Amino acid sequence: MGRQIYEAIADGILGGGVYALMAVGLTLIFGVLDIINIAQGILVVLGAYLSYVLSVHLHIDLFVGLLITVPAMFVIGVAIQWLFIRPLRGRDRASMSLLAAYAVALIIEGLLYRIFGPNYVVLTASYVTSSVHLFGFYLPDIYLYGFALAVACVAALYLLLYRTRFGRSVRATMQDQMAARLIGIDVNRVAAVTFGIGVAVTAVGGMMFGATSGGFNPNSGYDLISRLLAIIILGGLGSIGGALAAAVFMTTAEALVDIWSPDWAVVVFYVALVLVLAIRPSGLFGRAPARAQ
Amino acid sequence: MSPRAENTVTPRAEGTASVRAASTVIQRGGGALVVLAVLAVFPLAVSNATITTIAVDTLIFAAAAVAWNIFSGYSGYISLGHAVFFGAGAYTVGIAARAWQLNGDPVFALLPLAGCVAAALSVPLGLIALRVRRHTFVVITIAFFFIAQLSATNLSWTGGSSGILAPSPNWAAATFNDPFYYIALALLVATIAASWLIRRSRFGLQLRAIRDDEDRAAGLGVRPMPVKLAAFVISAIVTGMAGGLWFYFIGQAIPQFAFDPLFDLSVVVMAFFGGLGTLSGPLLGALIIEPTQQWLTLQYTNEYLSEILLGALFLAVILGLPRGVIPTAAERIDALRARRRRAPAREEVPQAGPAGQAGQPGRAGQAAP
Repeated sequence: MGRQIYEAIADGILGGGVYALMAVGLTLIFGVLDIINIAQGILVVLGAYLSYVLSVHLHIDLFVGLLITVPAMFVIGVAIQWLFIRPLRGRDRASMSLLAAYAVALIIEGLLYRIFGPNYVVLTASYVTSSVHLFGFYLPDIYLYGFALAVACVAALYLLLYRTRFGRSVRATMQDQMAARLIGIDVNRVAAVTFGIGVAVTAVGGMMFGATSGGFNPNSGYDLISRLLAIIILGGLGSIGGALAAAVFMTTAEALVDIWSPDWAVVVFYVALVLVLAIRPSGLFGRAPARAQ
Repeated sequence: MSPRAENTVTPRAEGTASVRAASTVIQRGGGALVVLAVLAVFPLAVSNATITTIAVDTLIFAAAAVAWNIFSGYSGYISLGHAVFFGAGAYTVGIAARAWQLNGDPVFALLPLAGCVAAALSVPLGLIALRVRRHTFVVITIAFFFIAQLSATNLSWTGGSSGILAPSPNWAAATFNDPFYYIALALLVATIAASWLIRRSRFGLQLRAIRDDEDRAAGLGVRPMPVKLAAFVISAIVTGMAGGLWFYFIGQAIPQFAFDPLFDLSVVVMAFFGGLGTLSGPLLGALIIEPTQQWLTLQYTNEYLSEILLGALFLAVILGLPRGVIPTAAERIDALRARRRRAPAREEVPQAGPAGQAGQPGRAGQAAP
């Protein structure tokens, strides 16, 4: 039993790294654009399918394929923002953008169904099935590589945000869009690039998801987005550190409940979310909400 | 037919305007009666089962969309979790009919029970969710939705992933859809009446004041929580009854269709299409979108294409008609009238700018009766 618990914690932390990466993209988009990209789940699935096409049809290694899929997802993200999010104006902008993202998700889901059908597929490579013996546990290689990659990506995002000029303009826009505009920041460009970055990380997340989830189909997006939403709300909307902590916390909690009952493990996500919000409406690390308007 | 006042809380002008308002009410009432009469004789005139099936479906969704609008449209809190109540209603009717061995007409008597169960669920959910606003509220309603769907799949008494079967009534095949049609019509009419009464009442004003600026409304003496919660519960009751009726009509409830993310999206888009927060907007949206959706599904039995077209339609609505058909059309008509009135003689000054009607936040408190 004790062994199972340690194993669950190790699984939770390693798996949490990948969710953290996807959630950071989502929370970054929220922070800058003040919208929730509900299409993030299906975009992860799209990223997984891109990796699938590259590895099965072109025989490109999963990790090498990221050199193609990450820029591709970046372009898709910028296009979605430019075509469907940017034109929205007015009082109901927040809810309208949510619906627009939902509609985009529906279209992508329909397209994926038409192209790939409803059958489950899985990403395979030699390191997906092999594992290493570490501290008395057998850990699948893919989890270790993926965790390392996720940590590297989050670190790169951190450097981008806190050590570059572009990052400074992103943070300025997150703090106060009007003031950022006044000091000469091109807020539209920042918004488009941020959306692109937030979506680009789904290429990495999608590859990892496809390799570790034991099979995915176009319908997998719903499960993903609901988990990601729970993570970013729990961490406090717009808080990057909060998203990291919440991702690891949630996946570990899920892995622990999984020992007892796999059926109810997924519910843990949402129950944790509801409990936290009942006590602390702004999430674990969120600031108190400003006056809503 | 000037539905312009529907969009926001507008203080009603005195004098001639009230005469005009009265005549508008009569006109509108007459129009509504004509529509009702047409809808009432519809199944007598049309016997094609495919069409009446779509009609029943449309009426059920129209009731759900109007009910959604009573809460989300009036209060501005966008709920993407109303499928919880829809599914709860469906399962209530299913489980009760199975437990009490009901069949035929008596099953319809379970609909109020479905409404009660939905209401009982909505109180705790509302107490938690309504503490947060905007995005967080939307997301927490989505979380409720997933909890409900997962529970329906995993609990033993809901039949798991194979769901639950409805009793199959032994009505004559030719008029099989008629009982469903008339019950759905009654539910829709009752819901519209409730929506209309709420809009006109003090309660409705408080709701729309919350939508315009919750903090200011609270400052003016509105107690937001009870008001929001009451609207949430009313909306849930109707949605639960619609869910129960839908279940009996479809004949089966399985978790992913009783708790369907597309249901949430559909009612929202219907309301947005017609005009969020208006009385007739969600109805119009449902009457246009649901048959279109059904037709697309029948036309392209490969459902994935209908999904793509549906998404494209939503995008077109959101980008092309951001405020909905009814408010946009009302503006156009008002602008046209104002121009025509000004053209012959300048005897009458239009009492309000045609386009200026939209969004006057903060005016909610001083609106008329």
